Amino acid sequence: MEIAEELARQQKAISVAEFFEKNRQILGFDSAPRALITCVKEAVDNSLDACEDAGILPDILVQIKRAGEGYQVVVEDNGPGIVPDEMPRVFAKLLYGSRFHALKQSRGQQGIGISAAVLYSQLTSGKPTKVISKITPGRKAHFCDLMINTSQNDPEILAEGDIDWERPRGTRVELEMEGSYIRGRRQSTYGYLKNVSIVNPHARITLVEPDGNTETFERATEAMPKQAYAIPPHPAGIELGELMKLLRYTGKKKLGRFLKETFSSIGAITAQELCSLAELDPERTPQSLGHDESKRLLAAFKQAKVKSPPVDCLSPIGEALVKAGLEKEYSLDFIATITRQVSVFSGNPFLVEIGLGYGGELGKEGRIEILRFANRVPLVYQQGACAVTHAVEGMSWKNYSLAQPTGNGVPVGPVVLLVHVASTNIPFTSESKDAIADMPEILEEIDLGLKDVARKLRRYLSRQSVLSERREKEEIIMKILPRIAKKLSDILEEPEPDISSVVAKVMGNILIKRSFKQENGLTWVTLHVENNSEVIRSFKIHDVLTCEASSVAPVAKAVPIGNGYDYHWKLSLGPGERTNLSYRVRSEGVTFSEPVIEGLGNEVVTGARVI
Amino acid sequence: MEKDSITKDKLMGMARALYGQFQEGIVPYLALPSRTKGNIEYSSKEDVWVYGDQETLRSVKTVRGAKSLLKTVHLVELLIKEHLANNRGSTLREIYYISENWDIAKFPEQAESDRLIEDLEIVTGLHREDFHVRPEEDGAAIFGPLRIREQTRRGDREMHCQEDVGEAGYQIPFNVDSVKFLSHDAKMVLAIETGGMYARLVENGFDDEFDAVLIHLKGQPARSTRRIIRRLNMELNLPVVVFTDGDPWSYRIFASVAYGAIKSAHLSEQLATPSAKFLGVQPADIVKYDLSTDKLTDKDIHALRSELTDPRFDTEYWRGQIQLQLDMKRKAEQQAFAGKGLDYVTKTYLPERLSELGII
Repeated sequence: MEIAEELARQQKAISVAEFFEKNRQILGFDSAPRALITCVKEAVDNSLDACEDAGILPDILVQIKRAGEGYQVVVEDNGPGIVPDEMPRVFAKLLYGSRFHALKQSRGQQGIGISAAVLYSQLTSGKPTKVISKITPGRKAHFCDLMINTSQNDPEILAEGDIDWERPRGTRVELEMEGSYIRGRRQSTYGYLKNVSIVNPHARITLVEPDGNTETFERATEAMPKQAYAIPPHPAGIELGELMKLLRYTGKKKLGRFLKETFSSIGAITAQELCSLAELDPERTPQSLGHDESKRLLAAFKQAKVKSPPVDCLSPIGEALVKAGLEKEYSLDFIATITRQVSVFSGNPFLVEIGLGYGGELGKEGRIEILRFANRVPLVYQQGACAVTHAVEGMSWKNYSLAQPTGNGVPVGPVVLLVHVASTNIPFTSESKDAIADMPEILEEIDLGLKDVARKLRRYLSRQSVLSERREKEEIIMKILPRIAKKLSDILEEPEPDISSVVAKVMGNILIKRSFKQENGLTWVTLHVENNSEVIRSFKIHDVLTCEASSVAPVAKAVPIGNGYDYHWKLSLGPGERTNLSYRVRSEGVTFSEPVIEGLGNEVVTGARVI
Repeated sequence: MEKDSITKDKLMGMARALYGQFQEGIVPYLALPSRTKGNIEYSSKEDVWVYGDQETLRSVKTVRGAKSLLKTVHLVELLIKEHLANNRGSTLREIYYISENWDIAKFPEQAESDRLIEDLEIVTGLHREDFHVRPEEDGAAIFGPLRIREQTRRGDREMHCQEDVGEAGYQIPFNVDSVKFLSHDAKMVLAIETGGMYARLVENGFDDEFDAVLIHLKGQPARSTRRIIRRLNMELNLPVVVFTDGDPWSYRIFASVAYGAIKSAHLSEQLATPSAKFLGVQPADIVKYDLSTDKLTDKDIHALRSELTDPRFDTEYWRGQIQLQLDMKRKAEQQAFAGKGLDYVTKTYLPERLSELGII
C-alpha cells in the first residue's frame, strides 16, 4: 500500500461536537468560574429571545446549587415553551437553530450556545441535562434527559415523558457541571445578570445563589422592546462566492427580478441601473451568469448608489430605557443617554446606544466602569480587545471634564459608561463573543455617541460648579456677613448695619430697598432698585398700598384691589443699573408690606417677595 | 495711657470704615500690600527695603476673604475690649488659643493669627507692642562694654553688660524701647548667629580685646534683637558687623538685620540697620581658610537660586559670593574654625576680616 493510500485511510470527518469537546475555550468555557457564567448566559439569552419572540414579558429564575464537587445550574423562564419533538435538537445538537439565516438583531445566532453548555455539562459531570417545557396551560409539561452523541453531533434521549409542572408555560433547564461560583465582582453570575437587567429593563430576573441568598433584578418597564424584523441581505455586504451561490439557487427566472427580490434596498430602478452598469441583460436567467459576469455584477453593487438597509431589523433599547436601566442598578447624580441613528458596515445595519452615569456612589479615584453590550448581551471578558474600549481610550476626555492621567486610555472619575451595539451581525473578534472587532464604521459611531454624552456631562458639571459657587456665596451671606456686622456694631457700640445692599452685591442679586421721608404730614416713599447681576433683568415690581398714592414716578399701573391699590412698574435693568420708584402718601394710617417682584427666581432677589 | 488711646482710635477707625462700607452698600474689604519677594522695594530715603505698592484686596466676595475679615473684626474686638481697656496683654500663641472660642472665626494654625497681627500693624501703622501683643521668642543676649538702664515693672535696673552679668550676658526685653543706653567704651557691634560662637568669643575675651558689643542673634533674629542692633547703630554710632554660618539661610539672617525681612517690611524703618556689614563666613573664606565643609543639599541650592532673584541680594558682591558657592557646592559653619585651634577665630580670622572691612 502506498503511503498516500495509508494516510488516506486515517482521514475522517470530525463532528463539530467533537471539535468543540477538544476546543472548549473557543466557546467561553476556558476556566471554572467562566464556565458557570457562560452556562447561565447561554440559557438566559435563549429565554429572553424566546420570550421576546412570543411577546411575553420575561420572568426568569436562575438558581445555582452545590451538587457534589460541582454545581447545578437551573434556568427557568415563562416563555412560549418548546414542542416535545424539537427539545432534543435545540438542546443537544450543535449548530441547530432558527436564527442563523435570518438577518435581524437577536442575542444568539449560530445555535451553538445552549448545546455547548450541555456538552460542557456532560463532559465535566458525566450527567445528562434535564429539560422541562410546557407550551400551554392545558397540557402537561414534557421532560427530556439529554446527552449529545459527540461523534455524530446528535441528541441522545436518556429518558422522556410527561410530568406535572406548576408553571402555565415556559422552559426549565437543569445542568450539572464543574465550575466555581464567584461573588462580588463584575465577572460573576451576579454581575452578569445585573448587567443583563440594565439593558433588558423589561425583564425580571431572580437569582438564587448557592447559599440560598436571593437577588431580584426588577423590571423598569412593562413595555416590550420593539420587535426586530428579518430583512433580506443588503448588496453592500455580499461577497462574490455568496452572490454566485444566490444566483445559482434562486427560483427567479430573470436577473432583474432576482435582484429586486433577493436583496433589501433594491427596487426596479436600482435593479435596472445595476444591470446596465454590469452590462447584463435583466431578462437573462440568473443561473446563466458565469464567473466574470458575476464579478461585474458585484462591481456594480459597489458602484451604484444603493440606499441603506431598512432599520426595522434592529431593536434599540431607547434613550429613556437606557436611563431607567442605569437608574435602577446604580445610585447616580446624573445620566446622559444617546441612541444614534442606524448606520451600516459591510452591508450590516447597526446602531450604537450610550448611557453615561455620573456621581452618586461611584468611586472618584479609579478608572471609569465600562459596561459593554452587543445585542443586549453583556460582554464581560476581554475588555481590552474590544472596539468599545478602544473608542473610549481614543477620546480626549480632558476636554469633557474627566481626568485622563496618561493623555489617552480609560479616563478616571465617578462614571459608569454603558455602550450597546446592536446589529444584524455583530462582528466579534472570536467565537466566544467577548469583544467587538474594530470596524472603522462602528468605532466612529461609538466615538460620536461618546462625544454626545460627554458634552452633556460637561454641561452638567459646569452647571454644578455654578451651583457650588452659589452655595459658597450663600455661606458668606448666611453665616459670615451677619457676624461681621454684629461684631462691628459691638466694637463701635452702634446699631447693626443694614447688610442687604452688600448681600445683593455679593450674590449678584436684584436689590429692592424702601426709604421714607416725612414732609407736612405726607410721606415720600422711594423704592431703590438695583441690578447687581451681570445680565439684563426684566421684571415687575408691585407695591400694595392701603390708600391711594400721588406723584407716582415713574408712572405706575394702579389696580384697585380689596381695600387698597396694587401699584406696579415694569422694569428692565442692565448690569449694574439702578433706578428709583417714588410716590407720596399721607402719613396717617398707611401700612406698608414687603414689595413684591414678579418674573424672577427667588434666588436672585434681595429685599422683596417673589411671586 | 496716651499711646493706648491712639491705638484704640486707630483700631476703631478701621472698624468704622468697615461699618461704613456696609451702610454705603460697598462690599466690605481691606487693602493690604502684597507681602511677597516681588513687592519689596528699596527706599532710598531710609536705606532699607519696604513694601511696594502692589496691593491685595481682602473682600467678603469670597468665603476666604469673608472669613479673614470676620477673624479680623474678632481680633480687633479682643484688642480693644480686652487688651487696651484692661491694660492686659497676650502672647502671639495665646491669641491663637483665644480664637478657639470664635467658632468659624477660629485660626486653624498660629501662623495665620501671627500674619493677621502683622496685617493690623500694616493697616494701622502701629506695632504689635502697641496692641499689647508679645512674641514667644527670646530676645537676644548682649555682652560688651555697655551700661544700660531698663525700666521694669518692678522699678528701674541699671547694669553694665560685662560687669553686672553672668557669662550668658544681658537678656534684652521684648520691648526694647524700655532700655536706655547710659555709657559705653565700644568701637563696634558684632552680631553672631550661633550660641557656640558667641560663647567662644566671650571665653576668649574678644569683647575686651577689641572693644566689641557681642550680640547673640539666636538664629533668625527676633524683632527686639533687630531693634536693639539698629538703636546701637543709630544712637551710639557704632558700626555693625554680622557673623554667621556660610550657607544660604545665614545670608537671610544678615539680610533681615541689614535690609529688613520680607514678612515685616512694614517695620523696616524701625528694625533694619542698613549700614550693617556681612563679616562671614563668606563662600570666599571657605576657600581661603580651607574650612571643613558639608555638601550643599538640594534645599540649599534652591535657596541660593531663590536669593539670586531676591532684590535684597541684587548686588555685585552677593551675586559673586552666591555664584561661587553654587559652583563649589559646599557650605561651612562658623565653628569650622575650631579645626584650626580654639584661638584661630579670635586671633586670626576676625582681625583679618575686620580690617578688610575697615572696622579696625
